Amino acid sequence: MKLLKDGRLTADIWQRLADDAPIPATGAIIVPLARLEAEAPDLLRRRGPVGLVLRNSETVEAVVPHLHSLSLIVLEFPKFTDGRAYSQARLLRERHRYVGELRASGEVLPDQFLFMQRCGFDAVETCCVAAEEAWRAAHRRFSVFYQPAGDGRQTIAAFRSQSARLGLDQ
Amino acid sequence: MYRYDSLDQTFVEERVAQFREQVARRLSGELSEDEFKPLRLTNGLYLQLHAYMLRVAIPYGTLSSTQLRMLAAISRRYDRGYGHFTTRQNIQFNWIKLEDAPDALADLARVQMHALQTSGNCIRNVTADQWAGVAADEIEDPRIYAELIRQWSSLHPEFSFLPRKFKIAVTGSPNDRAAVRVHDIGLRMHRKKNGEVGFEVIVGGGLGRTPMIGKTICDFLPKRDLLSYLEAILRTYNLAGRRDNLYKSRIKILVHDIGAQEMARRVEAEWSEIRHSALELQPGTVEAIAAHFATPRYDASAEAVHAVERRRFTDPEFARWLTSNLAAHRHPAYAIVNLSLKPSGAPPGDASAAQMEAVADLAERFSFGEIRVTHEQNLVLPHVARRDLCEVYDELRRIGFATPNLGKIGDIIACPGLDYCSLANARSIPIAQRISTRFADIARQHEIGDLKIKISGCINACGHHHVGHIGILGVDKGGEEFYQITVGGSADENAALGTIIGPAVAADKVVETVEKLVNTYLALRREGERFIDTWRRLGSSAFKEGLREAA
Repeated sequence: MKLLKDGRLTADIWQRLADDAPIPATGAIIVPLARLEAEAPDLLRRRGPVGLVLRNSETVEAVVPHLHSLSLIVLEFPKFTDGRAYSQARLLRERHRYVGELRASGEVLPDQFLFMQRCGFDAVETCCVAAEEAWRAAHRRFSVFYQPAGDGRQTIAAFRSQSARLGLDQ
Repeated sequence: MYRYDSLDQTFVEERVAQFREQVARRLSGELSEDEFKPLRLTNGLYLQLHAYMLRVAIPYGTLSSTQLRMLAAISRRYDRGYGHFTTRQNIQFNWIKLEDAPDALADLARVQMHALQTSGNCIRNVTADQWAGVAADEIEDPRIYAELIRQWSSLHPEFSFLPRKFKIAVTGSPNDRAAVRVHDIGLRMHRKKNGEVGFEVIVGGGLGRTPMIGKTICDFLPKRDLLSYLEAILRTYNLAGRRDNLYKSRIKILVHDIGAQEMARRVEAEWSEIRHSALELQPGTVEAIAAHFATPRYDASAEAVHAVERRRFTDPEFARWLTSNLAAHRHPAYAIVNLSLKPSGAPPGDASAAQMEAVADLAERFSFGEIRVTHEQNLVLPHVARRDLCEVYDELRRIGFATPNLGKIGDIIACPGLDYCSLANARSIPIAQRISTRFADIARQHEIGDLKIKISGCINACGHHHVGHIGILGVDKGGEEFYQITVGGSADENAALGTIIGPAVAADKVVETVEKLVNTYLALRREGERFIDTWRRLGSSAFKEGLREAA
């Protein structure tokens, strides 16, 4: 599995902590929501960034009190057909203004990169062979978008009202 | 009609390019069938019993003559010279080769069409009243809003992997011809006393294995809030809908499990966060789309109908056609002409390339170049001047689309069934053919009156059997095709699910059973009562008795 961050293959410095593993004094660690809730003071006292892996069945609202202390949130795709993480991603980015790394993990297919980019993911764990190229291709594939989403791309509706104001024809 | 601007056009062309590249990766072996499957499905390409099937979206059932001509051309170029109109206002081509699919989609894009989201667990092709914009009883043209929904739902980044497929229907009339109570979301326009028009929002209706009538979660949604409210429903469903069991993953199960009130509360809570976002519809946006659906320039002097009236008295077949296949147009000099794709003994909903081209010609000459596709698998010429009715009728007769049986027992809905579909338990089309052959006598069909028969080849209910006045469901009994009969269903504003009327019958007993039900009705009906009215008055016992007696 490789980590693609902002479209580039990157070394993964993060360590996923097993449920019963002791908290290491340093280093970047990823914990589940239950541990974050139970051990927040210990986690924040240590040196090194804290990340969270949020299950599909857990709510984004539960994360909100901890958002300021998180540098990474991992959302899961247990199967590529399970699209809950797209909603979780948009809520984190658009409603709760989360600005840290938002990573897609699990069954992540290159043909879904565009949807992920649009929903606010900036990192994916992937086994795709030409992952960087696939990420760039997804970025280029479409030049027009109907929905307002977290990526800030201008929508077709916005283009239209702009052109209408300028008296242009499409 | 809606015309793409350069942005819409760019979008579909980029989509075709993407699919072309995906097909190339499949053909070269880079993608396995498993990896390719979700990609082809979101482009409407299914693998059926014998070949690939391409399902093309006809958004809210509106087609131009140019588009219909292209559908005919595609059926000649890549298929066997015919297409099948479905119960979802789509058209299917049953014999497509994988390597041809990108070219077929490119041809569609040339006439502003696509096969986007006609499959997969996403928001499917949005459907609407087939008489939108012309029906005399209409409050407002629902296609304006259906088009907004089409655009909003096209490759929606958040809602392309929902728990299950998702169908939205819109009606602008109090008489519901879009079956809004049996969709995942049904939108029914209505006008408040102060004149303001908005939507009643119905969620959680559906057919399939667990049929349910939808529940109203919002009595009046202002039009400007349509997309934000839909997004709130979809987000609620995407996060909370079940994903552990394919058969329990539609939104109807969620609504049933948590209750309509709780669903309304959750949607309302989500909506309050996004109501005043970029999704809020601006008057300019709506007006720009509405302008596409402006009424054509009707000729007010088109009322010279003496020839039509004379012929009514001399040609009984024509007179019946006027009675059953025409509907009231909002302009008194015009009529809505319904084409029956149900000649007796033929597969419901099929049209050959030549027939499609002939309909396109007729539309150009007599209907401002516009055609509609109905969820009852028929076609419509929506604006025909009454003075042209004789000419239109003669041409429709020539091509076999003038059977005067609209809404009658011969106007049967049927899914493709075991003849094509890999999910089916039993054949549907031959059953429809047998029934329509038995009742081929048009005078008898008119004597029986309005009666909707709907046939599905399996529990997935693509033939809407639950809401047929008489519903027929194909089941497998020890390897043999059997059919379960229900009575009393309805898909209109008084939506109801049918009741099972006895044990399933063998294929060769279906016609007999239908005939007994019809005879029971004929014996018991009161003046002016339709089949469904008699059923509602008397209930199942009278009809069960009818089945026994005649046996």
